[in-house]
Amino acid sequence: MVVRTLGAATRDEVLAILDTVMDPEVPVLSVRELGIIRDVLVDDRGGITVVVTPTYSGCPAIQMIERDILDALDRAGHANARVRTTYAPAWTTDWIAPEAKAKLKAYGIAPPGQSSASGELVQLLRARPSVQCPYCDSYETEIRSEFGSTACKSVCWCRSCLQPFEEFKAI
Amino acid sequence: MTSPSFSVVPAPAAKPNALVEYLLRLGDDRLVLGHRLSEWCGHGPIIEEDIALSNVALDLLGQATILLHLAGEVEGQGRDEDALAYFRDAVDFRNCLLVELPKGDFAYTMVRQFLFDVHAVVLLDALSRSTNADVAAIAAKSLKEAKYHVRHSGEWMLKLGDGTPESHRRTQTALDELWRFTAELFVGDAIDRELATSGIVPDLDALKPAWETLVRDVLDRATLTTPNDLPRPASMRGGRTGAHTEFLGHMLAEMQIVARSHPGASW
Repeated sequence: MVVRTLGAATRDEVLAILDTVMDPEVPVLSVRELGIIRDVLVDDRGGITVVVTPTYSGCPAIQMIERDILDALDRAGHANARVRTTYAPAWTTDWIAPEAKAKLKAYGIAPPGQSSASGELVQLLRARPSVQCPYCDSYETEIRSEFGSTACKSVCWCRSCLQPFEEFKAI
Repeated sequence: MTSPSFSVVPAPAAKPNALVEYLLRLGDDRLVLGHRLSEWCGHGPIIEEDIALSNVALDLLGQATILLHLAGEVEGQGRDEDALAYFRDAVDFRNCLLVELPKGDFAYTMVRQFLFDVHAVVLLDALSRSTNADVAAIAAKSLKEAKYHVRHSGEWMLKLGDGTPESHRRTQTALDELWRFTAELFVGDAIDRELATSGIVPDLDALKPAWETLVRDVLDRATLTTPNDLPRPASMRGGRTGAHTEFLGHMLAEMQIVARSHPGASW
């Protein structure tokens, strides 16, 4: 049975609902944990606007995420909602909180390190600490490709436990 | 057209909106190059590279979507990004010639990508300080992506140029062929000048040295010879005003066929 919420939702209620909307490609993280929810606005008439920023320009999941957000709000009785996209400030993996990074690791994805604030425009060789293997914690790893199964991940190889694994790229 | 128009006085021919034109140039560069890269999907030399080229294609198509969406909004004629991508003909495309050339072999694709990626990084960095907030936001976001694109294509320049005699030969050949298409990236016209005056876009002349320094640095390390600039008549350009090579039309035929055969379809 669907319980209809009477009266306007508060911003906190909406945020709590968004906590239940998972990223379709990394289903251990909610859209809030991923850092793509930039704001929630509730107007006088109870209209809800969720302000979202995409992770990558071409992220194919963004439309699905928007639909999932509206569906979740609808199920909670808030049919009067819309999603607005914003591009500034540009999304960074630094918005993923430590607890959420721990969830990524437990799921088998190496969490992103600090995004590089290097002013250098073209950085050919990556001067950065090696990625820790999410399975055996070894740092004896190498990056096989900066491009993985989704835009946000690279493909790595652990020389200690001989496992391929994915890394959430720091950007 | 269903409703007849009763206006007697014809609307004055609208002065082409410089910002719309500029956004089409930026968006079309990315749309066309993204499509060319997607042609590698399933044909990459190794699976990692197949995935990498498709990933870069996706980023470029994403950037194109955002840019063309904004172009349609600023234009105010009700055209969205899909209308602009699928229902314009070649003469209405504003991409540079460099991006529309057939994908060639892997060296050709990578040299083109490297030359484009360095340009993208230099240009987007400047555009991220645009006085137009929308342009600045899109540029700042795209710049993050362009930075790892150039890392990818730059590393390939080193591997291919400083690799085997055969990889060096093919890469140098591609470079010699593609170089004459790079001048177009820095030829400013009235559109560029109008927008530069109001600080929306950077001065193109200022971009060229930064681009060339970065390109030369990598090519030197890759043991490749940077070609000399050709005198103007020999350099290839025309894309910004719709004078394209024969290759664009063929590419668009393939890219647009589904949307045009089933207008308005959604899936």
